[in-house]
Amino acid sequence: MSEHKHRQQTQMVPYPSRASVPERDLGYMPVLECNHLGIEFGGLKAVDDFSVVMGRTEIGGLIGPNGAGKTTVFNLLTKVYQPTHGTMMLEGRDMGNMTTVDVSKAGIARTFQNIRLFNNMTVEENVRIGLHNEIRCGMFSGILRLPRYWKAEKEQHEKTLELLDIFDMAGMADERAGSLPYGAQRRLEIVRALATNPKLLLLDEPAAGMNPHETEELMENIMKIRDRFQIAILLIEHDMNLVMGICEDICVLNFGKIIAKGTPDEIQANPVVIEAYLGKRKEAEA
Amino acid sequence: MNAKKKKLIISLSTYAVVIICFVILTVMINNKSISRTLKGMLIPICSWIVMAVSLNLVVGISGELSLGHAGFMSIGAFSGIIVSGWLLNGFQMADTTLRLVIALIAGGIAAGIAGTLIGIPVLRLRGDYLAIVTLAFGEIIKNVMNCVYVSVEGTGLNWGFLDANIPGKLLLNGPMGAVGVEKISTFTAGFLLVMFALFVVQNLINSRSGRAIMAARDNRIAAEAMGINITKYKMMAFVTGAVLAGMAGALYGLSMATLLPTKFSFNESINVLVFVVLGGIGNIPGSVISAAALTILPEKLRFLQNYRMLAYAVLLILVMLLSNNPLLKAMWRKLFSRKNGESGEEMRA
Repeated sequence: MSEHKHRQQTQMVPYPSRASVPERDLGYMPVLECNHLGIEFGGLKAVDDFSVVMGRTEIGGLIGPNGAGKTTVFNLLTKVYQPTHGTMMLEGRDMGNMTTVDVSKAGIARTFQNIRLFNNMTVEENVRIGLHNEIRCGMFSGILRLPRYWKAEKEQHEKTLELLDIFDMAGMADERAGSLPYGAQRRLEIVRALATNPKLLLLDEPAAGMNPHETEELMENIMKIRDRFQIAILLIEHDMNLVMGICEDICVLNFGKIIAKGTPDEIQANPVVIEAYLGKRKEAEA
Repeated sequence: MNAKKKKLIISLSTYAVVIICFVILTVMINNKSISRTLKGMLIPICSWIVMAVSLNLVVGISGELSLGHAGFMSIGAFSGIIVSGWLLNGFQMADTTLRLVIALIAGGIAAGIAGTLIGIPVLRLRGDYLAIVTLAFGEIIKNVMNCVYVSVEGTGLNWGFLDANIPGKLLLNGPMGAVGVEKISTFTAGFLLVMFALFVVQNLINSRSGRAIMAARDNRIAAEAMGINITKYKMMAFVTGAVLAGMAGALYGLSMATLLPTKFSFNESINVLVFVVLGGIGNIPGSVISAAALTILPEKLRFLQNYRMLAYAVLLILVMLLSNNPLLKAMWRKLFSRKNGESGEEMRA
C-alpha cells in the first residue's frame, strides 16, 4: 500500500524490476530522481533515457562494460555536462538551472575515477577545501585575522580530524596528499567529498587498484558512512564482490542505456546482463 | 601541526627579515654611512617588492599569467599624483603624511577598479586569455596616459584628452607625464607598505579564501565539485593583486620629481615577472628577496646595462629548463626527503 503511494508521488517510470527505494526510506522524499536523462555529443547518445529513483539512505550501484556511459552519468548528475534531455531532482528540487557549484552546495558530492586530489596541499588542507561551504569565514576576516577567522579555523581543524578518523587517517593529516599511497588517496577523496556534507555521495570506482583486503575494508566503511551520516550512496564499480555485497539496488548500463535494474540477485540472474558482459552463446547466434 | 608551524615560521621570519633590514638601513641613513645612489633607490625597491609580492599572488597563488602588471602600477602612480597635487593645490593640505596615505589609498582603489573591469569578463574563461588581455591592457594604459592632461583649478580638476589647453596648474602633461611632483614618499612609508602587502598576501593565502584560490589553481574540476566558485576566487586574487600594485605605483610616483607614462611599459611588466619567477613562483619571501636584489644589481652593474634584458631572457629560459629537469628534480627531492626524514626522527626521539 505504502509502496504504491510512493510510486505515485515520484512518478516512477515503469521498469521490469523492483521500483527501488528500500522500505526504511519510504516515508521520506527520494534523494535523487532522474527522469529520461540523456546527453548527446553531436548525434552520439552517450547516455539515453536514464531514469532512477534513489531512497534517502540507499546504496545504489551503477555497473556496465567499459564505455557504457557510467562516468558520464556522474558528470550529468554533477552538471559537469549539461544534459540535453530529461530532468533531475535532488530531494524534490529541480536541478535544471544548477551549476556544478550549486549542485555541490545542494548536496551531491563525488569522487573521481582518476584521482583528483590537490596534490601539493596537505591531507588536512584537502579536507578543509571540502568544508569550504560548511564552515565559512570571509576574505576580510581572513586577512585581518578577526575572531571569526580563529573560530572557523578551529572548527575546521576539529571537523577535519573527526572526518579523517572514519578511515583512521587522522595521523596522516600533515602529509602531502600527493605522497600518500594509492589506496589512501582514494580514501582521502571520499573523506573530502564527505566534508561537503552531502545528501548523495557519488563514488567513481572507489575500489580501483585496491587489494581484496583493502576492498573488504572499504565495503565496511561505505556501510559505516551510510549508517552514520544517513546519506545515499551511488557507486560505479567493476569489483562484483563489492557491488553485489553492499548495493541494495543495481542499475546496469550498456551503450548509454539502462538494460536492467534490480537487486543483486535479480541482476545476477538476468540473461540480458550476462549477455552484455560475456556476449551471446554461439548456438544462440545461429 | 608540523606543516602549519612551518608556514607560520616562514611568514613570521619574512616579517622579521624585512623589519631588520629596515632598522639597519634607517641606522645607516642616520649615520650617513649609506651611498647616495642606494639611498635614492630605497623607495623604488620598496615599490618593486610590493609589485613582486602582488604579482606572485596572481601568477603563483592563483595560477593566472598576467603580463600587464605595470599597467596597474601606472594607474596607481598617476592617480596618486593627481590626488596628491589636487589636495595640495586645491585644499592647501600641507600634511604630507596624510596626503601620502590618501594618495596611496586612491591609487589602490583606481587600480582595483581597473582590475575588476578586466577580471569580470576574462576570468570566466579557461586558458591563457588573461595573459593576452593584460598584455593589451598594459599597452593601452601606457598610450592613454600619453594623451591625458589633468590640471587643478581652485578646488576642481580639469581634464583634457589630446588637448593641452585646459585652465589651471597642470598635474599631468600628456607625453611629458607628471612634472614638478612634490616628493612626499618616504622610506618609512615604503617599509610600511611592504609590511602591509606581506600581511595581506600571507594572511590571505593561509585562510579559507586562500585555500580556495589554490584549489582552483591545482585542480579546477575537483575545486568546482567541492563547491568552490572558481571565477570568484580568481577575481579575489587578481583584484587584490591590482590594488597592491596600484599602491606600489602611488608610492613610486610620489618619490620621483618627474614621471613619464612610457616608464610603465611592457618591459617593466616582464621585469616584475622575472622577480616572481626567480624568487620562486608561489614563494612570497622569495619575491621580496629577488625584487630587492634585482633592483640593486642592475645599478651596481651599470656597465652591462645594454645586456640586461638579454640576460633576463636567458635567465628565464634557464629557470624553466632547470626547474623542469627530471634529473635535477629527483636530486632535489632526494636531498629534501633526507632532511625531512632526519627532522622526523628527531621529532620522534
